[in-house]
Amino acid sequence: MIAEAGLAALWLAAAMALLQLALGALALRPGQGGLAPAIVPVAMLQALLVSIAFACLIATFARSDMSVLLVAENSHSAKPMIYKIAGTWGNHEGSMLLWVTILGLAGATIAMFERKLRADTKLATLAAQGAIALGFYAFLLFSSNPFTRIAGVIEGQGLNPLLQDPGLAFHPPTLYAGYVGMSAAFSFAVGALVTRNVTPQFARAMRPWILGAWIFLTVGITAGSYWSYYTLGWGGWWFWDPVENASLMPWLAATALIHSVTVLATRDGLRAWTIMLAVLAFSMSMVGTFLVRSGVLTSVHSFAVDPSRGIFILALLAIYIGGALALFALRIGTVTEGNRFDIVSREAALVVNNLLLTVILVVVMAGTLYPLALEGASGAKISVGAPYFNATAGPLALLLMMIMAAGPLLRWRADKPKLVLSRMALALLAGAAALLALVLAGGQIGAMPLLGLVAAATVAVASLAPLWKRKLTRTPLFTFGMVMAHVGCAVSIAGMASESAFTQENMVAMAQGETKSVGPFAVTFAGLREFPGPNYAALEGVLLVKQGAGKPIIMAPQLHQFSDPPMLTNQAAIKTFWNGQLYLTIGEKAVGNRWLVRMWWKPFVTLIWLGGAMIALGGLLSLLGRVKRDLTGKRAADAPAREAPAKEAAT
Amino acid sequence: MRRLFALLAALLLAIPLHTGQALAQDYAEESLPNPRQEEQALALMDAIRCVVCQGQPISGSNADLAGDMRRIIREKIAAGESPAQVRAWLVSKYGDWVSFQPQVSPATSPLWLVPLATLIGGFWLLSRRIRIGRKR
Repeated sequence: MIAEAGLAALWLAAAMALLQLALGALALRPGQGGLAPAIVPVAMLQALLVSIAFACLIATFARSDMSVLLVAENSHSAKPMIYKIAGTWGNHEGSMLLWVTILGLAGATIAMFERKLRADTKLATLAAQGAIALGFYAFLLFSSNPFTRIAGVIEGQGLNPLLQDPGLAFHPPTLYAGYVGMSAAFSFAVGALVTRNVTPQFARAMRPWILGAWIFLTVGITAGSYWSYYTLGWGGWWFWDPVENASLMPWLAATALIHSVTVLATRDGLRAWTIMLAVLAFSMSMVGTFLVRSGVLTSVHSFAVDPSRGIFILALLAIYIGGALALFALRIGTVTEGNRFDIVSREAALVVNNLLLTVILVVVMAGTLYPLALEGASGAKISVGAPYFNATAGPLALLLMMIMAAGPLLRWRADKPKLVLSRMALALLAGAAALLALVLAGGQIGAMPLLGLVAAATVAVASLAPLWKRKLTRTPLFTFGMVMAHVGCAVSIAGMASESAFTQENMVAMAQGETKSVGPFAVTFAGLREFPGPNYAALEGVLLVKQGAGKPIIMAPQLHQFSDPPMLTNQAAIKTFWNGQLYLTIGEKAVGNRWLVRMWWKPFVTLIWLGGAMIALGGLLSLLGRVKRDLTGKRAADAPAREAPAKEAAT
Repeated sequence: MRRLFALLAALLLAIPLHTGQALAQDYAEESLPNPRQEEQALALMDAIRCVVCQGQPISGSNADLAGDMRRIIREKIAAGESPAQVRAWLVSKYGDWVSFQPQVSPATSPLWLVPLATLIGGFWLLSRRIRIGRKR
C-alpha cells in the first residue's frame, strides 16, 4: 500500500509541476495577471506531494518491504536502522527521488519567501522551476520508478558496505541540496531573461539563493572528502574521480557566480556574464547527475547497452541547457554589458577571478568528459587522473590565490597600484617569511606545495586586512563572511600543500610485540581481537603508539568482513594531534603470523577540512548579513554605490 | 648482503615460527626499505589505475590485482629502474588506460588546448571590457 501511495503522490506532484509551468506561462500574458497568485500554493503543494512520495519510499526501506524491487535490490533486513533509512538514497532511483524532492522544496521556498523580486520575474522563475521539475518527474516515472513491485523475494541483496557509514545519512542530501539549489539560480536567470529584468535589484534578490546552494555544495564536498579519507583506508582525501569532479564542477561555477553577481548587484556590470554563469552552474549540476546516474562512467559501452536512462537524462540536459542558451541568445541583444571599469579595480580582480575559475572548470570538465568522448568516437581508452589535474589546475589555483589576496583590498571602478601594494605590504611580508622559513627548515619540498604554502600565508594575512582599522562592531556581517571564506581558502590550501609535502608513510607486516616507526611515532603491535559486529565480523589490531618519551596511546584499526554482499572494508584508526593526524589501518594476515599494518603521519592534513568548514561558515555569515540587511536596512542596500566611499571598498 | 638476508629469510620461512622477524617482504603491501625509492614508487602508484576498480589508483585499492601491480612496481624500482621506465612497461602491458597521466599526442591534445583556448579567449574578452589610461 505504502509503495502505491508513494507512486500516486509522485504522479500528482508531476501534475502540480505541469500546472505550475502552465500557470506561470498563462499569467505572464498581458491581462492575465489575475492567475498569478495561484502559483504560490501550487508550488507548495508540489513540494508537499513529492515529500510524501519520498517519505513513502523511506517507509518501505525502514520496514524492509522486500516486495518492492528497489528495497530487495539494495537493502537487507539485518542492517542497522540508520542504514536502512540512509540506504533509501544509496541507489539510483532513490537518489533521483531525493533530487526531485529537494527541487520541489527549493521551488516552494522561492514561492514563499522571495519578496524582493519583481512580480513578473518571480512568476517566470517559478514557471521555469516547474519546467525543470516536470522533466525529472518524467524521468522518474517513465524510466526509474522507485516503487516497482516484485513478488517472491524473501531477503534483500544488501547495501554496499562502503556506504554503511553515517556519512551516507548526511553526505548525499547535503550535496543534492547544493546541486539542486542551483536550480534556483538557473530559474532566476531564465525568469530575468523572459521578463527583461537583468538589473542590480534582480542580482540582489538572486544572491541569497546562490549563497544558500553554494554553502550546501561546499559542506557536501568537504564532508565527502573526509568521508572517503576515513572510510577507504588508504589515506587519500581527493582522487579526481569523475564522481568527485561532478560535484566540483558546479561548485567552481557557483563560486564564480557568487563573485560576478556581486559586481552586478553593486556596480551594475557583467550582466550577460552573470546570467550565463547562472545557467552554467545548474547545467554543471545536471551534467554531474548525468555522469553519475547514466552509467556512462562505468563504461561507455554499458551506457550503450542499456541507454534508456542515459538517453533520457541526456535529452533533459539538451532541452534545459539548450533552451536556456537559446533564450540567452535571443534576449542577450537587449542586455548591455553594463558599466566598464579600470584595469586596477575591484571589478577587474573579480573578472579575473571568474576567468580563472572558469578555466579550472574547463580543465576539470575536459579531464572528466574528454576520455569518454574519445572512447565513444574512436574506441581508444585513455585515463586522465591526478597527474593531469594537479599539473593544470594547480598553477591556475595558485594564480587565483594571488588574485584572492589582492581583490578585497582593491576599490571599485579604479584604484592606484601603489596604494594597493602598500595595503598588501604586510601580506607580502608574511609570504616572504613563509618562503624563507620553508627553504631554511622545510627540507626537500616540491615546487607546487612550496608555492601553495607561501600563497596560503599571503592570502591569510591579506584576507584579514579588510578588517584592519575598522570598527568591528559596525562592520557588516557579510564582510566578516568574505574574510572568513578567504581565510578558509588559505587554511585549506595550506593543508593540501602540507599533506602533499610532509606526509610520511610506512607499510609493514608486523608480528606481535614488534615495533615500527612512522614520522615521530613508534608503533607497537600489541595484539589482535576478533568480535562480531551487527552485520559483519570484525578483526581489530591493538597498536600502542608512543611519541618520544610520552605516554603510549592505544589505537585500534579494524578490518570488517561483510557477508551481504561479501566485501572487506578497512576501518582506519585516526588520531588527531594539534599538528596533524596519525592514520593507521590493519590488513590481512601476511606470511609468518604477521599482520599488514599501514601507517601514515600526515602533518596539518586536518586544515583541508577545517578550511572547507570555514569557507562554508563564511558563506553562511554572508547569507545572514545579506538577509539581515534586506530585512532591516533596505535603504542602505538599495542605494547604488555610485560614489564608492572608503568603507564600501571593503564590502 | 641483500642476498644473505634473503637466504636467511627463506631459511626462517622453512621452519614454522611464531615470533617471525626478518621474513620475506611482500612488496604488494610493504614499503621498500630505501625511503627515496619508496617515495618514487608511491608517486608512480598514485598515477596508475587499478584496472579492475572504478576510477581508483592502485595506491588506494584493496583489489588483488592492484596489490600485484604494487609489487611489480616496488620490485622494479628496487631493482634500479626509473619510474618512467616502469610506467612505460606498464603501459606496454596494459595499454594507455592504465596510466592516469595521459600521453601527449594529437588525440589527447584537446585536454590542454581547450583550457588554453579558454584562457586566451577569456583574456581577449576581458581586454575589451577594460578602460585603459582614461582617468576619471
